[in-house]
Amino acid sequence: MPPVIEVRNLHKRYDDKIAVDDVSLTVQAGEIFGILGPNGAGKTTTVECIEGLRVPDRGEIRVLGLDPLHDRAELTRRLGVQLQAGHLPDRLQVAEALELYSSFYPEPADWRALLDGLGLTDKAKTRYAKLSGGQKQRLSIALALIGSPKVAILDELTTGLDPQARRDTWDLIEGVRSRGVTIVLVTHFMEEAERLCDRLALIDAGRVVMVDTPTGLTERARIEQRIQFRPSRPMDDHLLTSLPDVSSVTRRGELVIVTGNDNALNAVTGVLARNQIVAERLRVEQASLEDAFVRLTGRRPEPGHR
Amino acid sequence: MSALRTAPPPVTAERSSATWRLIKAESTLCVRDKVGPLWGIGFPLILLIVLGSVSDLREPVADAGGLTYFDLYVPVLILFNLAILATASLPTTLAGYRENGVLRRMRTTPVGPARVLAAQLVANFVIAVVAMVLFIAVAGLGFGVGLPKHLPGFALAWLLAAAALLAIGLLITALAPGRGAATAIGTVLFFPMMFFAGLWVPISQMPPLLRNIAHYTPLGAGMGAFQDAYLGHFPSAVPLLTLAAYAVACAFVAVRWFRWE
Ligand SMILES: Nc1ncnc2c1ncn2[C@@H]1O[C@H](COP(=O)(O)OP(=O)(O)OP(=O)(O)O)[C@@H](O)[C@H]1O
Ligand SMILES: [Mg+2]
Repeated sequence: MPPVIEVRNLHKRYDDKIAVDDVSLTVQAGEIFGILGPNGAGKTTTVECIEGLRVPDRGEIRVLGLDPLHDRAELTRRLGVQLQAGHLPDRLQVAEALELYSSFYPEPADWRALLDGLGLTDKAKTRYAKLSGGQKQRLSIALALIGSPKVAILDELTTGLDPQARRDTWDLIEGVRSRGVTIVLVTHFMEEAERLCDRLALIDAGRVVMVDTPTGLTERARIEQRIQFRPSRPMDDHLLTSLPDVSSVTRRGELVIVTGNDNALNAVTGVLARNQIVAERLRVEQASLEDAFVRLTGRRPEPGHR
Repeated sequence: MSALRTAPPPVTAERSSATWRLIKAESTLCVRDKVGPLWGIGFPLILLIVLGSVSDLREPVADAGGLTYFDLYVPVLILFNLAILATASLPTTLAGYRENGVLRRMRTTPVGPARVLAAQLVANFVIAVVAMVLFIAVAGLGFGVGLPKHLPGFALAWLLAAAALLAIGLLITALAPGRGAATAIGTVLFFPMMFFAGLWVPISQMPPLLRNIAHYTPLGAGMGAFQDAYLGHFPSAVPLLTLAAYAVACAFVAVRWFRWE
């Protein structure tokens, strides 16, 4: 099956600022594809080129086999878009906006159900300007889905939402995906990426650093374990630093903090047991996607690295 | 797979209903915005009633073919309405839409932003029709001012004036960088335009130089055409052509240079 979205060697600059240097992506049918990256990495510029809102300087883009610039009419009917900074007229009411937007599409979704799913039912008669930031965000999600799109591109899906609304939105998005909709999600939330995305592209400084599953990305960052405990009696750091699996030992007050590879925990607990030291308040931190993100974007890709 | 749609969607029916809903929504928004209804209809209407009660204004104006000062105020206030819509209501709303990303959001839908513009124009046009009919009715029923004697001529003159003014509104929208600038340009244009319509001094009482300028301003030309129609003639060519020229030129430049973002 041909990919739903195909981006090849996308390049886009604003005046003298290169926003997207060289981005290539392939999004398969039915998947939730995440785009991660630090502020200013070029995520919004990339998805806006895919949506046909911006004209790339170089590169090729196909969405459902369509050219975003030349096949606009056809593309807009099949693509749902949530803009990072989208807006509606201040005095338009929530229900009016949904009704209006649903008239734009050949096969609109039931806007009342969307309103309900996004917890906006009691705001149906509220004017846009009177909504809170999170409510505006939810309305913008509803408008992205109102046309029963085949593909939805959501830029910063849950930014500004409270934890409960965020979880409700995740449920909604999973429901949408289960109906076969392909979703591209730009996000800053690792928890969101881990929970929703099948694959992630990590973008930094206008380039794709890597594309992998959330777990794959975490593993590839090769982040060490961090073990933290309070020894039940004074101990010499040398006991631990001499272990081959341990790479560093530091102290914070009465706490000992050990970092090392996957075997470090076994090695540390073994040594402690042999010395009759109990590790109190033991905590082990596994590498998270967030650690991977920081690790992978903290340093720039080497020159010439593609 | 659902990602690959086979049958093309029924475009035409959807399109017309979308256009209609947009016009409805934009009209509702215009009414909620209050600038058009309040300053475009309410204020000139009150002015009309107040002026109608001043007996001094029932004196004929020299060189105005027997029309009284009050008779002349009816077309002046009709132009006042058009001027408010063109310089305050339309550009402020549309420049605000551009500034707030409303037009940009529309670009991602099948309907596109041009139709929002069209719907705004229609909404303002409807307000203008309501105002024109209302002013003529109140002046006639309340104060005995007769209908324009040449009705088709009046209708044509009004349509051309409305087209010229709405085109000017579009031009302001197109050229102003933001909502604040659009409001400022509109306000600055409003007063001289109204002056040349004869809001403060009837055109026929102006010094010759100003009178000559007035004939070539949009509202002065509108006033000339209206006056002809009130006196029973088909409006002369110069004011009609002046209005048409403003309409075509402003609309052309506006469309040519319009920025959606
Ligand atoms: N319209 C514009 N004109 C000039 N420069 C721009 C414009 N839009 C974005 N940029 C610049 O391009 C770069 C990439 O911006 P972009 O919005 O794509 O980043 P992003 O990854 O979406 O960031 P964020 O996470 O903050 O949303 C940034 O350095 C930004 O300053
Ligand atoms: Mg962004």
